[in-house]
Amino acid sequence: MTALTADRVPENYINADYRFRSWLFSTDHKRIAILYLISLTFYFFVGGFFALLMRLELVTPQGDLVQPETYNKLFTMHGIMMLFFFLVPSIPAVFGNFLLPLMLGAKDVAFPKLNLASWYIFNLGGLLTLVSIVLGGVDTGWTFYPPYSSLSSTSYVLLAAGGIFVMGFSSILTGLNFIVTTHKLRAPGLTWRRLPLFVWSLYATSIIQVLATPAVTIGLGLIGIERIWKVGFFNPAMGGDPILFQHLFWFYSHPAVYVMILPGMGVESELLTTHARRRPYGYAFIAGSSLAIAVLGFLVWGHHMFVSGQSVYASMVFSFLSFFVAIPSGVKVFSWLGTLYKGAIAFTTPMLYGLGFIGLFTIGGLTGLFLATLAVDVHVHDTYFVVAHFHYIMVGGMVMAYLGAMHHWWPKMTGRLYPEGWGRLSALIVFVGFNLTFFPQYVMGYLGMTRRYHAYAPEFQVYHVLSSAGASILGVGYLLPLFYLIWSLKYGPKAGGDPWGGTTLEWKTPSPPPTHNFEEPPVVTEDPYSFPSLEEGR
Amino acid sequence: MRSSAPALAEQFDSFEHQRESSVLGMWVFLGAEMIFFGGAILGFVEFRHAYVADFNAASNHTKIVLGTVNTAVLLTSSLFMALAVHAAQEGKNRRLLGFLAATMLLGTAFLAVKFAEYYLEVVEGLVPGPRFRMDGADSRHAQLFFVCYFTMTGVHALHLIIGIALLGFLGLRTLGGKVTPQNHNVVEVGGLYWHFVDIVWIFLFPLLYLLGRHAGHG
Amino acid sequence: MDEPKASVRIYVAIYVALMALVALTTGLAYLDLAPWSATVAMVIAGAKAVLVILYFMHVRYGTRLTWVFAGAGFYFLGILFFLTLNDVLTRSWLSPFLGGTP
Repeated sequence: MTALTADRVPENYINADYRFRSWLFSTDHKRIAILYLISLTFYFFVGGFFALLMRLELVTPQGDLVQPETYNKLFTMHGIMMLFFFLVPSIPAVFGNFLLPLMLGAKDVAFPKLNLASWYIFNLGGLLTLVSIVLGGVDTGWTFYPPYSSLSSTSYVLLAAGGIFVMGFSSILTGLNFIVTTHKLRAPGLTWRRLPLFVWSLYATSIIQVLATPAVTIGLGLIGIERIWKVGFFNPAMGGDPILFQHLFWFYSHPAVYVMILPGMGVESELLTTHARRRPYGYAFIAGSSLAIAVLGFLVWGHHMFVSGQSVYASMVFSFLSFFVAIPSGVKVFSWLGTLYKGAIAFTTPMLYGLGFIGLFTIGGLTGLFLATLAVDVHVHDTYFVVAHFHYIMVGGMVMAYLGAMHHWWPKMTGRLYPEGWGRLSALIVFVGFNLTFFPQYVMGYLGMTRRYHAYAPEFQVYHVLSSAGASILGVGYLLPLFYLIWSLKYGPKAGGDPWGGTTLEWKTPSPPPTHNFEEPPVVTEDPYSFPSLEEGR
Repeated sequence: MRSSAPALAEQFDSFEHQRESSVLGMWVFLGAEMIFFGGAILGFVEFRHAYVADFNAASNHTKIVLGTVNTAVLLTSSLFMALAVHAAQEGKNRRLLGFLAATMLLGTAFLAVKFAEYYLEVVEGLVPGPRFRMDGADSRHAQLFFVCYFTMTGVHALHLIIGIALLGFLGLRTLGGKVTPQNHNVVEVGGLYWHFVDIVWIFLFPLLYLLGRHAGHG
Repeated sequence: MDEPKASVRIYVAIYVALMALVALTTGLAYLDLAPWSATVAMVIAGAKAVLVILYFMHVRYGTRLTWVFAGAGFYFLGILFFLTLNDVLTRSWLSPFLGGTP
């Protein structure tokens, strides 16, 4: 860039102030989103590291890489890091924070200082958990079931549970912020029916975050009390009930999986509409199904407890209710397919991730129905079938949505274009690696391979070898974006305000957006997604 | 440029807009708190159902006079809190401060009585653990009652302490001139939190002190 | 100013009602109302809570949005209670030989 004739770079949220402390004390939602991005990337790779060790151990049937107790810690820490410190915050904390005010035509979220506090609270929780790892880890499983966790385990349960306890507040406060922002800060003319589908999904997610998280907060709090004072709610010797913990835990953790997937579904709607240049098929159905998933998701938690000692009658009720929650997800899948039909599909990186999402989420979702079926679940509970099911949704679905969102909004957030060729290559590597890792797990789970075991019968080895090979490919697929995205920050071509031809409000700002988002509050007069619809044709 | 008058945050169009948003935000938070306390109460309900006789017997060892007094104290504090918000709405800041102080005082009185009860319970050997002693009921289940009792009232007391600190903070803001009739969100929002803590006690009191009282001491 | 508020008079009247309910509930606790004693106590507590919510917390004068969010917490709490008790209270159902609740 020549100094003499350089264009004046307009003020944007990045160059407004380069001092370190201006980032750490910023209440600008876009900067907070970037802060979350950095934290989350770190936690993701920590969780991934534990997965790597697990998959290495599982290449051979004998337990020859790590001690059994160590393996217990590995799967526990993998679960805790990935679920609480990556998946739950991921899209809302990064893309929700960055985009919600922009999509609403607002200057910021309703409570910007609270937003910054959420990030600090989040990392305080992360720090407590990391300390527990460094000191030797937790071995209870991410599920912390008593009485083992409250009375017997000698690992650092209090620290890890404390980390999650603290992190929960961050989740609740972010959800609170988004709910109030969506109700109160919409631009003139932006009615609920004109909201981008991503906003609908964030709203539904936020409701769950606020109302479900406190259950795990009190559950872990009670575990803590029992650990410290040796008396508590869950000790059978005193007449307590360990299954009560499971009720409190899963009252959160089942809706939590919808916290994880709903934003991904919202992203999916944005990716497919923009990159196929198509109005969403069934906007009202997609929006309504987000709310339906949020509400129905609260009714089904006992399907995690079919073999725990829960009453058979309650298990039947939960099994019955669990079938219903699949319906709105099915509605979404059909709507996405309808959106793609006769669309001008551009095979950009975001679209590739979006296409992968539909297929893999559908497979994962269908296997969820098998698990909801009480009689089937009794046989496959605690096998790799369950592990494969949730990884198909969480990794095949959610992480792909996260990466799709990353590529779709990268130009907006950074003002740079990433190298498209590398993007597409990585998406393909992720897709291949993912399926090789997790499809064999369905088969071996069905054949009886138990989860959370570091040693296993030799007949399962071939599946484990395939799975571990896939995991190494998947790892490459995840590392590549880390490199080329960072590379693009300096060497990528500059992006304009709307490189994809998107129609929602965030594309009407420069890339990167200025600190105050809009010069004047936009006035919205039409529906979003002003692409041709199926009836209008091309 | 710092002025002592409260500022309108830039994401809001008007003070009324800001007020509505703050109130909505606090209600959302209270929804979360309901689930939090609800989880502990759920445990109590489950165990009482399973061990009715033992729980009734144990419940008779709670201090009903002190508990009833405390209930009255907390409800009175809620009255003063409502009057504090009212004073803020009318711009009567001296009165506001007075009512805030009264609320905080009553809250502190509640805590004092609560800790007196705890002291008595320690002395009487009602703390679950190796030193627990109570005649006439299954010791395990009686201990479970007191696990519930100490947990539920302890978490409540913690929230009350936070509430008193919050009101102190409100008082400071008022003294700093940051509370006006147009912008007294913090008082209103603080009031909502205080009333919520009161409502939790409204439910804890009968559950822990009153059920089984008619049976008398076991 | 379009803000929910009540008069001092109303606040004091509600307070008197609350005090009366405290006296009532404590008094009734000494009567043997089985099997209704728990229900009676909870109904009175519920009445007190409703008074605090409607008047002290201004919900009576508030927007519909406030009502919805105030109610949402209760609704989901109800689900937590209902479906958990659905398990706890039926543990002994299909097999009387496996013993009752813990």
